[in-house]
Amino acid sequence: MNHRTEIRFLLNGRNVAVKDVEADATLLDFLRLDRRLMGTKEGCAEGDCGACTVLVGRLQYGQLIYETVNACIRFMASLDGCHVVTIEHLRGENGQLHPIQQAMVNCHGSQCGFCTPGFVMSLYALWMANPEPTETEVETAIQGNLCRCTGYQPIIAAAMAANRYGTPANDFLTKEREAITNRLTALRDGHRVVCGPKDNQAIVPSSVDDLADVLAEFPQATLVAGSTDVGLWVTKFMRPIGPAVFIAHLEELKAITSTESGLEIGAGVTYTEAQASICEAFPHLEAYWDRIAGQQVRNMGTIGGNIANGSPIGDTPPVLIALEAQITLREGSVIRRLPLEDFFIEYGKQDRAPCEFVESISIPRTSPNQRHGAYKISKRRDEDISSGAAGFNVTVEYGIITAAILAFGGMAGTPKRAAAAEAALTGQPWGQAAFTAAGKALETDFQPLSDWRASAEYRITVARNLLQRFFLAHDDQSADATDLLSA
Amino acid sequence: MKHDTITKATQTVSGTVHTNRHHDSAEKHVTGRAEYCDDIGEPQGTLHAYLGVSSVAHGLIKSMDLSAVLAAPGVVGVLTADDIPGENDISPTGLKDEPVFPTEKTEFHGQPLFAVVAESRNAARRAAELAKIDYEVLLHALDPLEAQEAGHPFVTAPLKLERGEIEQGFSVADHWIKGQIKIGGQDHMYLEGQIAFAIPGEDDDVVVHCSTQHPSEAQHMVAHVLGVPSNAVTVNVRRMGGGFGGKESQMNLFAAVAAVAAKKWNCPVKIRPDRDQDMTATGKRHDFVVDYNVAFDECGRIQAVDGVFAARCGYSADLSGPVTDRALLHADNAYFYPHVRLRSRPMKTNTVSNTAFRGFGGPQGVVAAERMIEEIAYALGKDPLEVRKANFYGVAGDGRTLTPYHQEVEDNILPRLISELEETAEYQARRNAILAFNKASKVIKKGIALTPVKFGISFTATWYNQAGALIHIYNDGSIHLNHGGTEMGQGLNTKVAQVVADALQVDFERIKITKTTTEKVPNTSATAASSGTDLNGMAALDAAEQLKARLTDFAAEHWSVDPETVTFRNNMVQVGQDVVSFSDLVRKAYMARVHLSAAGFYKTPKIHWDRAAGKGRPFYYYAYGASCSEVSIDTLTGEYRVERADILHDVGRSLNPVLDKGQVEGAFIQGMGWLTTEELWWDKAGRLRTHAPSTYKIPLASDRPRVFNVNLADWSENRELTIKRSKAVGEPPFMLGVSVFEALSMAVASVADYRECPRLDAPATPERVLLAVERLKAGG
Repeated sequence: MNHRTEIRFLLNGRNVAVKDVEADATLLDFLRLDRRLMGTKEGCAEGDCGACTVLVGRLQYGQLIYETVNACIRFMASLDGCHVVTIEHLRGENGQLHPIQQAMVNCHGSQCGFCTPGFVMSLYALWMANPEPTETEVETAIQGNLCRCTGYQPIIAAAMAANRYGTPANDFLTKEREAITNRLTALRDGHRVVCGPKDNQAIVPSSVDDLADVLAEFPQATLVAGSTDVGLWVTKFMRPIGPAVFIAHLEELKAITSTESGLEIGAGVTYTEAQASICEAFPHLEAYWDRIAGQQVRNMGTIGGNIANGSPIGDTPPVLIALEAQITLREGSVIRRLPLEDFFIEYGKQDRAPCEFVESISIPRTSPNQRHGAYKISKRRDEDISSGAAGFNVTVEYGIITAAILAFGGMAGTPKRAAAAEAALTGQPWGQAAFTAAGKALETDFQPLSDWRASAEYRITVARNLLQRFFLAHDDQSADATDLLSA
Repeated sequence: MKHDTITKATQTVSGTVHTNRHHDSAEKHVTGRAEYCDDIGEPQGTLHAYLGVSSVAHGLIKSMDLSAVLAAPGVVGVLTADDIPGENDISPTGLKDEPVFPTEKTEFHGQPLFAVVAESRNAARRAAELAKIDYEVLLHALDPLEAQEAGHPFVTAPLKLERGEIEQGFSVADHWIKGQIKIGGQDHMYLEGQIAFAIPGEDDDVVVHCSTQHPSEAQHMVAHVLGVPSNAVTVNVRRMGGGFGGKESQMNLFAAVAAVAAKKWNCPVKIRPDRDQDMTATGKRHDFVVDYNVAFDECGRIQAVDGVFAARCGYSADLSGPVTDRALLHADNAYFYPHVRLRSRPMKTNTVSNTAFRGFGGPQGVVAAERMIEEIAYALGKDPLEVRKANFYGVAGDGRTLTPYHQEVEDNILPRLISELEETAEYQARRNAILAFNKASKVIKKGIALTPVKFGISFTATWYNQAGALIHIYNDGSIHLNHGGTEMGQGLNTKVAQVVADALQVDFERIKITKTTTEKVPNTSATAASSGTDLNGMAALDAAEQLKARLTDFAAEHWSVDPETVTFRNNMVQVGQDVVSFSDLVRKAYMARVHLSAAGFYKTPKIHWDRAAGKGRPFYYYAYGASCSEVSIDTLTGEYRVERADILHDVGRSLNPVLDKGQVEGAFIQGMGWLTTEELWWDKAGRLRTHAPSTYKIPLASDRPRVFNVNLADWSENRELTIKRSKAVGEPPFMLGVSVFEALSMAVASVADYRECPRLDAPATPERVLLAVERLKAGG
């Protein structure tokens, strides 16, 4: 077979071709150790501090898209055909500082300076997309960047002032857009890439059909989409992942199809890509979506991956279960569908055969007599793993609750519905009494763990209170339904 | 608030004192060209070390089989206690309770037991996991209360501060309240982790690049571990990616391991732990459990205070002595205690040895003081601010100026500062509005609090209050500035260069700021205790003044004029009727063989401290500040948001207002983080489970107050002769974050109509807030 054995991409201004790329080789190590591009820093190596933020440009349906990513958990093999832009590449006109850099200097946005290149990259991406952002938009763009010195105020000020120092129209990436597009197009040769040593092999399939073939050939391969979880297996736990199959680039897995019956989302769709469609179809998810990780992780992580890794504290399963989502699994050309809730068998065990992969998620349209809620509880508002999450879907007909789906994350070994609480609601008139009873029934449904995120007592109390929050939010009698952090 | 101030010299020379000037490395920061330790080019053959750690909290090491480690790919060798040529000790106190690697016993989960050295960091890191260590597990105690119950010893001698007649104070008291508060620790979470890079030289020499706030200590420690004199060891640091106290002593281990390995294999050796190891193997802010007993009258005026401060010190003393001392020295915060007894209990625990962190125990003392104020306010149904005002230190002659450690408070500016902030923050009107809001709102509740800070400036270790600087003027007129302080983001180098620019009346750009190195200034103190600018600015001024005097004498002689007629201004020097450029004067001076290098020195006057008696003047002066925070809490989930914070802070006559403001803002957010979302959590086995940013949550941009008004008290001037009458700024504003904690407490108290002090422990995570709400709703 005619496989390519090297990864090709653009690094700043140059074409690079890297041979022998191992499955677990990261972009950050390549930049710092191989290329000695020292502006990109390692702060945590787990995608949580943003000091390693770089831009990755990629062609999708012919469009060149630049997004911030965490270089620490981005695997080299996933960069095939991409444009990597690091802090060293940033420049203004006539040898001056880039407008973002100048704004950061003038606003005193750096103190120790270690997080600064990462912030500059995040603000750069924001400015390109949205040169006159609101304060909230800036906060969202830097959810994935930690600063321990400044308290953020001067960084926000810099983001808001940047457009005074230069506009995206004059930016070098804007000017080079066509040339870069051509160069990236030229890198696409339609070949599967196979490289690295046998025990640490990286495989980049050329299409979804090719992926099915690859999995038949390597049934034990690690499937890597956004690498926001698998990245940590490597950087934190030093677990071998080879052979690994990289699928983030597969356009066929990136389709979002909106029909009368619902929304079908390809498993490779990232949180960022899904945001607009999801929030339009399911407006109750709008505030929730912004609280999934930070911007860089939303740009990398996929909904398919969030489901497939089976975590009991993933952000999307509870709200998708509440929406009665189904997933499609594929093995070779064989396809099967199952309700998302049935995918999660027990902690660490999902209903997925070794050669199978999650191909898509479909979410039916909601009906007007359904009442929806989506809640995330975490120690810190943004970029935190939930101590508890909930998706509620309660059908009310003529004042009677005729169906209830109450799905929780963080309450058991899997994302799980609260059967007893659902039963307590079903058939009852919509009202405080039913919700009080359902709240009590949660203690039958769940015996949560105590850990560093939350105690069992807090988890069960807050789960009960979220039902109350939901009741207040949808009760016409109640004038007190504010959800503080979503406001 | 506008940050986008255009840096503009208001005087003829650029970058002089009392002007806004951006951080000297700002352009390097934003372009990624600022060089940190890990960015230094590695010579060929550089090896990498990584630590192998203990997997039990307390146990005898029965055997350590490192054969698999040695056999791992890329491994060059291992380092154990047996490889240490000098002394196996890195205790900064000299108590010899902190080995590089223990030999018989491990005393905390994650304690470094050996190091592996390999051709790459990755190889070393992977190999370190392969050790087979057999332990005889012993009982462990993780927190100060467990440690007290288990009869653990103190790691260092406790302190007692006593003034007045404590028994009598309580016997005549109108009211008294006894309570306990648990105050959590804090990880530094500097973005740049610990790192050391040692390059061996000839003879016993070794150069160590290290991210350290205390190069001299690293130097002395490396020498001591290698068994060589200090003159063989050079420690360099250009800048750190944050320190906050975490690199005052915690770098010793890394510097020592890198140096020992570099000498053993005669190769450059770098060691950089990953974030998990950085957080588990290095010390943090001390957790405290404070038992307090406070007596007070009808007006809320304190009559007597009895406090016991038990701290989680970890397995060794490290800096726990001065940290727990400082907790007691700030347990009065801004309040006069007529009768007082304060005792520390620096408990030995089976956890990593806790260390310096911005405020150095002071914040825990302040939180305890504010808790007592809160208790009084709830007991009497008063606004806590009213109780605060009733208890502030007084003015000379009113009998209310003596601290528990017998130092007179001579510079109290809090009455003015508080009243200004109370007015600009519209405290009273907003408090009334919040009380009304809380009556009407069922789920969301608000709270507001205005809290003061008074923070003592100087190292309590009196000998630390000294500094040196070295200035060279080259014969082209360019200036090379060096001093003993280290740059960790605070802008120390910028401020010191401003002092020199002002003294010599030359442009800031003429002065080259250089790395801190033990080769240029010896026996320096840690850049800590907020003292960096106070000490090093004065030392640099001394050096600059010496050079100026030599140039003046030379000019007077050369032009045959009275030295009085020689003045330096605007890059020029007026000599009698003549004007000569600074560069020309320097060149002429050089030709005339004038010594153009000077070493400056400074020691803080007036201070003395008798620890055994608990008496003296440990502090040269106090820095003050106050903040007013408003929060909303969600009583269904415990989540909260800081709606607004107003700050008025005292930095004396600021050397650089915009940098000082940056320190104030950053410190507030860090202090807020400590008391809200930053939670350290150990499991029963003694493993720290919050050991990376995924599990340990420092504030993000969206956590900062929705409205944030920060001002410096621009009318303040240090009454002491500090550098240009400025005041230290590093630590004092950290405690401004206490107002957020107190505001949360008020919001919680509202669910029981403010009848009860909610007694929130810190950090007030959403969980703690919710459980306190539920507790108060249920009736206490």
